[in-house]
Amino acid sequence: MSKLFKIIFVLFVVKPVILVVLGLNIRHRQKLPLKGPAVLAANHNSHLDTMVLMSLFPISKVHRVRPVAAADYFLKNKYLAWFSLNCIGIIPLERGGTGDRETMFKACHEALDNDEILIIFPEGSRGDPDKISSIKKGLFHLVKDRPETNIVPVVMHGLGKALPKNEAVFVPFNCDVVVGDPIKITEDSNEFVQAIATTFDQLLTQCLTRHALD
Amino acid sequence: MFGIPENSLLAMMIVLGVLVFASFVQLVVSHKNPDKDYTELQLRITSWWWMIGILFFVLILSENLAIAFFAFLSFLALKEFLSIVPTRQTDRRVIAWAYLSIPLQYLWVGQAWYGVFIIFIPVYTFLFLPVRMVLIGETKGFIRSAGIIHWSVMLTVFCLSHISYLLVLPVKNASAGAMGPVLFLLFMTQFNDVCQYVWGKMLGKNKIIPKVSPNKTWEGFVGGLASVTLVSGFLAPALTPLDWMQGLVAGLIIGVSGFFGDVVISSVKRDLQIKDSGNLIPGHGGLLDRLDSIIYTAPLFFHYIYYLHY
Repeated sequence: MSKLFKIIFVLFVVKPVILVVLGLNIRHRQKLPLKGPAVLAANHNSHLDTMVLMSLFPISKVHRVRPVAAADYFLKNKYLAWFSLNCIGIIPLERGGTGDRETMFKACHEALDNDEILIIFPEGSRGDPDKISSIKKGLFHLVKDRPETNIVPVVMHGLGKALPKNEAVFVPFNCDVVVGDPIKITEDSNEFVQAIATTFDQLLTQCLTRHALD
Repeated sequence: MFGIPENSLLAMMIVLGVLVFASFVQLVVSHKNPDKDYTELQLRITSWWWMIGILFFVLILSENLAIAFFAFLSFLALKEFLSIVPTRQTDRRVIAWAYLSIPLQYLWVGQAWYGVFIIFIPVYTFLFLPVRMVLIGETKGFIRSAGIIHWSVMLTVFCLSHISYLLVLPVKNASAGAMGPVLFLLFMTQFNDVCQYVWGKMLGKNKIIPKVSPNKTWEGFVGGLASVTLVSGFLAPALTPLDWMQGLVAGLIIGVSGFFGDVVISSVKRDLQIKDSGNLIPGHGGLLDRLDSIIYTAPLFFHYIYYLHY
């Protein structure tokens, strides 16, 4: 049932809004993984990020794309929780919980074992508009025992102008989406985090919207 | 047929004929050289089918639909422009107001209210947007932002809206109808791009502005201008209120201004160090990459026939 809500939401809300009002400059779309187990590791500046990433997939695949999102924010009341779980199909994650990692990642691991595609923002939360913050190690711990997982980096730019954090007014802007080559899972967590940061910086240079006056 | 005036119908048929021919040639060429990659060419031609298909569809269906369509083009062009040029985070709300100029400008077009159409953006929008910026209060980068935002609106809303005002001018050439001058302008502008490219490829040697656009040569420019002027002399009496002599001058205007529209947008992209302004149109790049010449030819052609006949 929730699969149906998600398909309807993506097909009739997300895709049209992003196509007409927002507008995307997509580079290397063919590098998107259409089969799991995979993780889209993307930078995070706006609530629109998740919608943009979901809109990139063909409608037949969209129910297999699962954004991993903070439980404390997206489940904070029952309306938002219903929407997040049914229309977006998030996997809720308890941030900074007291439990061990294995319990925290249980749902994510199940999804990966089920060949699904996770959307993860390794910076943690939305930072300043169009700035990449430091990469956290959560993603490393999530995938280190699953080396077969395809980690695909995606950089988005411009969404921090269309709908930045703490702003209610949406202003139309074209946004860049650049998909990169898969990142290898290394033994060392620092090395992995560094590889993601370097890749993000490289992909950022391919964005058309990167000019700003401030 | 469908109440399309005879000359405009003929012009549309010719354009569709050219498209059929282009698709046919592309099929033959890619069949003969199966190991070469013609994806780019194929994308380009497919996109042409879409662009021309949508344009003809709205022009035939209704005048108001066509005006709404041009308004939507202005929106996409303004959005693309404001996304690539540098602006400040605080300009978001000013830009939201800039978008609002589009429905208003095209409303004046729909009402054929020439007096307001011609001053709304150069006077009212021009004065209002900096006021909105002042009220936000950020002075750092104020001058550049005010300049950039107004220039964007002038190019993508004011200049482009002249195409649609051709539709509401009283019809003075019954066999062309209201859509005749629009077809003429769009066709001649595109024909000019093609001619300058072809002449440049064949004879091009002396570069005009190597720093902006290394492919633009005097040979291409002059060859293109001559071809467009000549063809315009023949076509103008059929599709516009102009006679053949006035048509030759219209060709000159379109040839010269089309060239400058192209290189002005090229300079913008050079300055920003990007190749395309977006990737809305497969095989062509962004919308501005396609509309660059028309931004210059539309107002100049419009005011030329407006001065002579209205």
